[in-house]
Amino acid sequence: MPTITIAEADVELNDDGFFEVPEQWTEEMVPTLALNEGIQEVTEDHWTVIRFMRKEYFEKGTGPTVRVLGKTSGVTVKELYRLFPKGPGKVAARMAGIPKPRGCI
Amino acid sequence: MDLSNEKISIVISQGSLEGIYPGLIMANGARAEGMEANLFFTFFGLDAIHRKRQEHIKVATVGNPALHVPTWAGGLPGVSSAMTHVMEHKMEKLEIPSIPEFVELISDTGAGLYACKASVDLFGLEMDDFIEGVDDVITVGEFYEMAFGGHIVFT
Repeated sequence: MPTITIAEADVELNDDGFFEVPEQWTEEMVPTLALNEGIQEVTEDHWTVIRFMRKEYFEKGTGPTVRVLGKTSGVTVKELYRLFPKGPGKVAARMAGIPKPRGCI
Repeated sequence: MDLSNEKISIVISQGSLEGIYPGLIMANGARAEGMEANLFFTFFGLDAIHRKRQEHIKVATVGNPALHVPTWAGGLPGVSSAMTHVMEHKMEKLEIPSIPEFVELISDTGAGLYACKASVDLFGLEMDDFIEGVDDVITVGEFYEMAFGGHIVFT
């Protein structure tokens, strides 16, 4: 369980780069987290997804899968894969400071 | 774990509800992990991308011991439809998409959808018989070229 410093704050990540403590996340960390995912510019659409991920996580105890994101976040599945080519659910979860979403579909 | 350099090619060869869903779930899941994924529909699996048939996929109620319906009962008129209805109802409650919706979702994730040429010829089908998201009708050789360097899963 490595502890790293992002935006001048210490955060605990698991081996796959997901936050162990979602409360340690701040908005200031997002540009750095994005660069770690190979995303150079965080657009308003990225933010829409990130905020939705956190909202769902705190309401339901797990982040949404790509299908749920596509149905309810206001961003289509095609667009989600353009924004997060390496997997919208998991990359957006790392950027949103929440654990990996659990769901098969 | 970064799986974005991995590739998987999934063959769907059966036309029953339980024969189609696992391959769809695996393809969708692969894309969600950032993997490249291609679906190859062959033989009765072609029904999953057939414009007129994909909405009428049924559970196999004959010769399916894990369904716990005796084979003689499974063959009675309407049993397959009724079992399918029950299964679809359960799936809907769990927010599992129907087959047409699921195939469209997978196409939107950027996965490739391909029909097997030998089966297309055998059943006398054409590209027009398939839904919009289908990329092409390909030969087994073209499938191997596409799948090269990745994993192949046959369902």
